[in-house]
Amino acid sequence: MKVYLDNAATTALDSEVLEKMMPYLTEIYGNPSNQHHSFGREAVKGVDTARKQVADALNASPDEIIFTAGGTEADNLAIKGILQKYKSKGNHIITTAVEHHAIMHTCEQLEKDGYDVTFLPVDEFGAVSAEAVENAIKDSTVLVSVMFANNEVGTIMPIAEIGEICRRRKVYFHTDAVQAIGHIAIDVKAMNIDMLSLSAHKFHGPKGVGALYVRRGIGLMPQMTGGAQERKRRAGTENVPGIVGLGAAIEKAAERIAVDMPKVAALRDKLIEGIESTIPEVKLNGHRQNRLPNNVNISIKYIEGESVLMMLDMLGIAASSGSACASASIDPSHVLLAMGIPHETAHGSIRLTLSDKTTEEEIDYVIKTLPTVVERLRKMSPLYNK
Amino acid sequence: MYTEKVLDHFSNPRNMGELEDANGVGMVGNAKCGDIMQMFIKVNDDGIIEDVSFKTFGCGAAIATSSMATELIKGKTVDEALQLSNSAVVEALEGLPPAKLHCSVLAEEAVKAAVENYRENLGKATV
Repeated sequence: MKVYLDNAATTALDSEVLEKMMPYLTEIYGNPSNQHHSFGREAVKGVDTARKQVADALNASPDEIIFTAGGTEADNLAIKGILQKYKSKGNHIITTAVEHHAIMHTCEQLEKDGYDVTFLPVDEFGAVSAEAVENAIKDSTVLVSVMFANNEVGTIMPIAEIGEICRRRKVYFHTDAVQAIGHIAIDVKAMNIDMLSLSAHKFHGPKGVGALYVRRGIGLMPQMTGGAQERKRRAGTENVPGIVGLGAAIEKAAERIAVDMPKVAALRDKLIEGIESTIPEVKLNGHRQNRLPNNVNISIKYIEGESVLMMLDMLGIAASSGSACASASIDPSHVLLAMGIPHETAHGSIRLTLSDKTTEEEIDYVIKTLPTVVERLRKMSPLYNK
Repeated sequence: MYTEKVLDHFSNPRNMGELEDANGVGMVGNAKCGDIMQMFIKVNDDGIIEDVSFKTFGCGAAIATSSMATELIKGKTVDEALQLSNSAVVEALEGLPPAKLHCSVLAEEAVKAAVENYRENLGKATV
């Protein structure tokens, strides 16, 4: 049996989405910048439809959507673009200690360039408090960037509260919603979000395409200079098939939230319960309720994550790990460490992420298989004496 | 990417477990870094490693290098075992990814620690 539980890394392309993309990979090959001929105009139609689909999913307007090459580019454009644009307002950024590397490394780079960055700590579940955000705001603060939901442990941040604070204190608020789109309903107006990053391949769209929502009236310094595409905010010929795929995927994803996500959450809870009832000395990382419907992250004592992944892989199960060994870095996941989880426990963490395509049979197979893997590895471990 | 040999030693580790009648035991690494290797040796009166086993907490490469190291020193004299280098372990595994080379170093150190312990038990200090 083959079971894919690494949907936070990427998802399978939906067949209906591919179908919508196909014409734009074949006969509709015009450049949207060339509106003086029918070939270009046909491409424009595809891009315009997608822009409306993305806007509708967020309760935004089409002119507030900038297409990018993915979540990382959207994050870079949001953060660097706004700081460069509003240099006269200040040089202070507030973010958290558990952001995705696309935010974290961008902020670290800005720090080296002389910007003032506050990395707010998180609680044991990986959540930042809205109060901490408010307290960190000072006169020189330009931007607050807090992820919507954590990619490793699935914890959902108090985005609406932070949005309200930022609007009241007149600082810009960006959220990296790459993991949240398609899982949680998002309304940028109701939540007072000024900028939001998303990536198509996290919700059954194609890889290499994403978008940044930027509230009307907010300026951005382009990070990619060249032609006048995307209202001069992102130069370069549009990835038309990718953008069409993003539009189709987000439309379906938005519909799925109410229909499929409760089922995904039920399978998630079954998996958590199955693991906790069959494997002694495991710990659920993140919050039990306040988490993405598709995320399970556990620390298994006495063993190391990469070897768990390897053994699961040999048995057909794809997962990922916060262990250092799996990512070829020295330290385990910065997210788990920021939550106060000790190094040795963090090394033994694995992440299992479901999608609406995950079946109950697959979850049953994992619940049956994982304990045997853990037992084998614990028998090898000098730390385990039972 | 791991070689077939690494995957083989990971999924079918040789000489895994504790050796009840070991007369030399060494443990290296620490849990903070994510690798701990424990090596057990049973040395006979002629100074030959008659039996050897390991227990490892760590990644796939850590498990495979421990397993390979036990194979390489079994039946050897303790002096020969001390000559075991990490690169010999890597070579026997037909290569390791660069980020995993430290695991082979740990395997070499685990063998040395076990021999050292054996010599201490004998009342002989290691030179």
